[in-house]
Amino acid sequence: MNKRSRRKVLIIGIVFGVSLATVLGLTAFEENLLYFYSPTDVKAGKAPGTHSFRVGGLVVAGSVNREPDSLKIVFDVTDNQEEMTIEYTGILPDLFREGQGIVAMGNLQPDGRFVAQEVLAKHDENYMPPEVADALKTSEEAAKKAAY
Amino acid sequence: MWKWIQRFSSPKYFYSMSAPLITWFSIAALLTGLYGLYLGLFVAPPDYQQGESYRIIFIHVPAAWMSLFIYMVMAVSAAIGIIWQIRLADMVAAASAPIGASFAFLALVTGALWGKPMWGAYWVWDARLTSELILLFLYLGYMALQSAIEDQRSADKASGLLAIVGVVNIPIIHYSVEWWNTLHQGATVAKFDKPSMHIDMLIPLLLMAVAFKLLYAALVLVRARNEALYRDRNRRWVRELIEKL
Repeated sequence: MNKRSRRKVLIIGIVFGVSLATVLGLTAFEENLLYFYSPTDVKAGKAPGTHSFRVGGLVVAGSVNREPDSLKIVFDVTDNQEEMTIEYTGILPDLFREGQGIVAMGNLQPDGRFVAQEVLAKHDENYMPPEVADALKTSEEAAKKAAY
Repeated sequence: MWKWIQRFSSPKYFYSMSAPLITWFSIAALLTGLYGLYLGLFVAPPDYQQGESYRIIFIHVPAAWMSLFIYMVMAVSAAIGIIWQIRLADMVAAASAPIGASFAFLALVTGALWGKPMWGAYWVWDARLTSELILLFLYLGYMALQSAIEDQRSADKASGLLAIVGVVNIPIIHYSVEWWNTLHQGATVAKFDKPSMHIDMLIPLLLMAVAFKLLYAALVLVRARNEALYRDRNRRWVRELIEKL
């Protein structure tokens, strides 16, 4: 083997070795890399019980309750399989609304309530003008009605 | 074939051929960029969720794409430099690093400014944001290694190896939003499915991406020419150039 092909083999070897090590490392730390748990994970007991952690899901329509004289708000989130109730006192991001994806950080109380210290809004990867979004909604509703 | 490559990759030949290209790339970048910004800021409709705030996407996303693209250019050039010992490739790698670092920094800053009003936080340690920050550190590490080692050939070899090792981070950045739950949303354009973006928003975004590519082309040529002059300052072709002045 001449020098040039030895260097080539060396570099391919390094890239391959480092990739393998990274894949193994990332697989080992899979859980720590999750930014949030879903309500299903929490119900299944996968979330760290007493430590603080994050829960992500969609705000259930009609579940948002604001207390009149404070910033306290109680709402349910869902991953379309399980639901859980979140309590939060503070200012919400602009995108917080029913049906929106959110990520809440806080603690699970012994009685099953989740008390959040921070609520972040998550938005999806779709970008479109409001008229198009409205039109999509109307056609979806029409399709639903037609199905009944 | 080998002779041909050596002739065209000589710093002297590169220096004399690249000058007019810079002008053309700069003009093209300016025109595409201005048109893209005009379409993005004035013509594109507001977003159904984010209103007007989403318009920072026309800088944020092209900058993030460039930070990945330039890293691949840098790593491939460094590999060519190490394996075939083509000096021009090492120069291109060294010239690319600060430009790529700037784009990574721009992507992180515009992302923070976008994150505060939309998500409610400037910064979160989710997989996408963290891996992009690591990319910035890889660029900075490459630049630090380049300037820390006196001997140019060892500097190229050491920093080139770092650049090659760092390539593992590129797919991690791209797929981070699919592999893990992240606050950052999934891919809008760079996926096999059709883009989840209205055509009037997509066109300015792609125009800005082209403008940033052209800008990089112009900048990397300027920097690589300087690199060629500096590294060959004791060689005959540079001396002859200086004498002509």
